[in-house]
Amino acid sequence: MFESEFFLTYVAPPLWMLAQSVLMLVLLLVTVAYILYADRKIFAAVQMRRGPNVVGPWGLLQSFADLLKFVIKEPIIPASANKGVFLLAPLVAGVLALSAWAVVPIADGWAVADPNLGLLFVFAISSLEVYGIIMGGWASNSKYPFLAALRSAAQMVSYEVSIGFVIITVLLCVGSLNLTDVVNAQRDGLGTMMGAPNSLLDWHWLALFPMFIVFFISAIAETNRPPFDLPEAESELVAGHMVEYSSTPFLLFFLGEFVAICLMCALTTILFLGGWLPPVDIAPFNWIHGAVWFVLKGLFVFFCMAMVRSIVPRYRYDQLMRLGWKVFLPLSLFMVFLTAFVLQFMGWA
Amino acid sequence: MSVVALFFYLFATITVASAFMVIASRNPVHSVLFLILAFFNASGLFMLMGAEFLALILIVVYVGAVAVLFLFVVMMLDVDFAELREGFLQYLPIGGIIGAVLAIELILVLGSYTIDADTARVAVQPIPDMAETSNIKALGDLLYTRYIFFFQMAGMILLVAMVGAIVLTLNHRPNVKRQNIADQVARDPDDAVTLRGVKSGEGI
Repeated sequence: MFESEFFLTYVAPPLWMLAQSVLMLVLLLVTVAYILYADRKIFAAVQMRRGPNVVGPWGLLQSFADLLKFVIKEPIIPASANKGVFLLAPLVAGVLALSAWAVVPIADGWAVADPNLGLLFVFAISSLEVYGIIMGGWASNSKYPFLAALRSAAQMVSYEVSIGFVIITVLLCVGSLNLTDVVNAQRDGLGTMMGAPNSLLDWHWLALFPMFIVFFISAIAETNRPPFDLPEAESELVAGHMVEYSSTPFLLFFLGEFVAICLMCALTTILFLGGWLPPVDIAPFNWIHGAVWFVLKGLFVFFCMAMVRSIVPRYRYDQLMRLGWKVFLPLSLFMVFLTAFVLQFMGWA
Repeated sequence: MSVVALFFYLFATITVASAFMVIASRNPVHSVLFLILAFFNASGLFMLMGAEFLALILIVVYVGAVAVLFLFVVMMLDVDFAELREGFLQYLPIGGIIGAVLAIELILVLGSYTIDADTARVAVQPIPDMAETSNIKALGDLLYTRYIFFFQMAGMILLVAMVGAIVLTLNHRPNVKRQNIADQVARDPDDAVTLRGVKSGEGI
């Protein structure tokens, strides 16, 4: 049976892909559980509190306790809600956030799928994540969620523009939208030109420095993290688009949000921090497997995001729009021109 | 039946069905959501034809931005559905004629390849074999060399439309306090704070 052509062409590849996806999903969910824990611990440490410390040793099982709590509670659907869309919204948020991970390479060749336009795929998926919020906000049929939906629609469309331009500058430097190519292109760069061995000086964060900052801030805005968490600003909108949600639908929203944050960390790592490449390509560092470096870099980016969350006060809405349209858009547009000019002028294209 | 054909019929059926639901559903927000589903499946069809770039750009531009704004506007409108459906029979002939014209034009454009096999040679700029070049490179080469004037013209039209929209809605109101970030950043203790030596029991 196992040698038959039918099995090899139609049954085996989907099964193999399914197994890979399940493995990715499990690892991702465990990561999210501990990212969530780390987020709360960092936030607590900055405010000189202890943070979660009751469930399990040092509170390590807190996220799993939360999961259990969400699943056991009763899902409540408001009487005046648009029931179908109300239940569809958290599904859209959760599924879209997870699906982008299909193309993320953790190490060389370690991706469920590695399509030619992987970067564009991730960008497309992240531009769709706004739908969960809009649909949830509208279907709840209540004031605060609706305001949150309107805010988030405008915010995410604005910051996608600058993310798009950042991706274009990276595309100009790499010449490919394949995520594996993007990482491999960072093996050689500014550092090797100056005679250094392959090191962290070659990665794009140095060569495209302003864009690294623009991407980092836009990533925070795109995932609705503080200081740009206006769609769910507790002090104004209670919990924004999630006001009417409880139990598993709320869990899905929450999960989608944190998976999207992990995705943005991974994407920052791939685009600017050399993906799975070791910081210096000499003996003790290149013994360690690339996946370890990838995870460490991703966690570093997340740590920076968590620090921004705990230190920077929330932006006012007009300030957020000003930053997106009047600062980042001209800056990133200028950088696209500059990068193209330098590449053409120096003959590196 | 190959797997590709199976996927084609799946995507095509959902596209047509959701396109029908766009005009058939009672709630305008549901209409926009069905429109998004139609876009999605159309991009699946592009993907099956090997036009990956077009498929993803369709999602980024239409689903990720244009449809969001659609939804934005439709959610804000307070539409009376009954009133909206009143003139249905009255407008049916005009709508039918427009639909028929569009259908005929589509049939002519797509059918010309079967009616006259030479059309394909005349109309199409030959692109290199897909094994040698990638989707995005072939498109870029065509857009920025052969069709550069059309491309620039389209850009100009969009720019003019954008400037027009801004001019129409720009409304300078006097007596409104605005935040000037440059002023705030340039502010320093010397011109913001004065130190006075106040004697006890006297005040300023």
